[in-house]
Amino acid sequence: MSLAATRAEELADAAVAGDRRALARLLTAVENRTPTAEAALRRLYPNTGRAHLVGITGAPGAGKSTLVAALIAEVRAAGRAVAVVAVDPSSPITGGALLGDRVRMQAYASDDGVFIRSMASRGHAGGLAATSTSAATVLDAAGFDLVLLETVGTGQSEVEVAAAADTTVVLEAPEMGDEVQAIKAGLLEVADIVVVNKGDRPGAQRTAAQLRAMLTSTASPRVAAAYPADAAGAGGAPGEGHAGRPRPKQPEVLITTASTGEGVPALLVALDRHRAAGRAGLADAARLARAEAQVWAIVSERLRERFHGAASGQVTESTLRAVAEHRLDPYSAADRLLASITGEPAAG
Amino acid sequence: MSERPIKILIAKPGLDGHDRGAKVLARGLRDEGFEVVYTGLRQTPEMIATAALQEDVDVVGLSILSGAHMTLLPKVTRLLRERGLDDVLVTAGGIIPDDDIPALEEAGIAAVFGPGTTIAEVAAYIRSHVRPPEG
Repeated sequence: MSLAATRAEELADAAVAGDRRALARLLTAVENRTPTAEAALRRLYPNTGRAHLVGITGAPGAGKSTLVAALIAEVRAAGRAVAVVAVDPSSPITGGALLGDRVRMQAYASDDGVFIRSMASRGHAGGLAATSTSAATVLDAAGFDLVLLETVGTGQSEVEVAAAADTTVVLEAPEMGDEVQAIKAGLLEVADIVVVNKGDRPGAQRTAAQLRAMLTSTASPRVAAAYPADAAGAGGAPGEGHAGRPRPKQPEVLITTASTGEGVPALLVALDRHRAAGRAGLADAARLARAEAQVWAIVSERLRERFHGAASGQVTESTLRAVAEHRLDPYSAADRLLASITGEPAAG
Repeated sequence: MSERPIKILIAKPGLDGHDRGAKVLARGLRDEGFEVVYTGLRQTPEMIATAALQEDVDVVGLSILSGAHMTLLPKVTRLLRERGLDDVLVTAGGIIPDDDIPALEEAGIAAVFGPGTTIAEVAAYIRSHVRPPEG
């Protein structure tokens, strides 16, 4: 057995057995995408899928970390184990990052039922790090009942978390926009639960009422027609289905004041209710979307490695250069590269 | 992927409420390309050790101005050792008299950075003393 495989087995088994140091080291391997991480994930994956993965997203300063801290308190009061993956952005210039989400979550230092891990986004643009889903898989395998994925502060279109999580919570702050903001496409469309946080501020009730009015109105027949039945995702032919696309939702709108805990018990009830509904089959599409995102990411990484490998590195380079110099169009270049690894003649 | 930024925990043990220095350092180390976990004010040694373990940091940087360094810093290094984090580089900064430094080094503090140390000096020290990354 290779060194990486031995180390992976050691770390994975220790992490599952409750060794927090091993768990932390395994998460580092996952973040660094080492061979050890890959071997460990292969080993752990069959025993995952039990945890409830909840995405928490929203604009910077909306109160995501404070809400996560309040949720931890609520979940611990119920005696359940909870893990947090909190993502903050990496600098596009230096690669450095300031990971500040723990500031609000430090009260649980001596509680073994809480595990908090900060991650830098490392250039990934969708709101999470490229390895956040794998990190959640590891925490799932380690036996955490609830895994909270806190995204970087998001704008309008970082919807990736919806594919990574079973339940997506979108946080809004009062007075962040009018009704038109609520009907724009993007983040709010992927919410399973919308939370208006800072509920003690003026305007919270009005913001919640506006969101309710706009988000729960019936989607158009065209949107509904794109999702004929729950089974379509599972049985549809590739290219016809919408497995990679979130389903239209009718989110619940709640109000919380995370800093005092007000409204947080109701949020946990809503999360559990959404999870129970998911268990009954409604979340199949979400899980399929996650599988698709994960597998395609790996396929694309492997393909890239092959194109840059010893056998085809030179062909790849000259093809890319031809596109850069406008001697070849990008489509023909892609056909040529695919042909170079499959041995089939280029199409067109 | 061979990019593996060094991960640092910046923590402020003790009860003084002055975290400007720690924040400036955290920001400066971010700009040096490190991944910096910042945990805020009034951290107990237990909080610091737990954060270091869960975050699997390479370095723990402790900022202390309160005068309680001879009590708190050895407690942090002892807790880190107890949790198997003996390969983590622990440094300190703030107001620490020179006379106390030998005892702190004895307790496992690798370096003490006094007032006037530049961020570049701290970064250079960390890069040359940090544990090698795991494969």
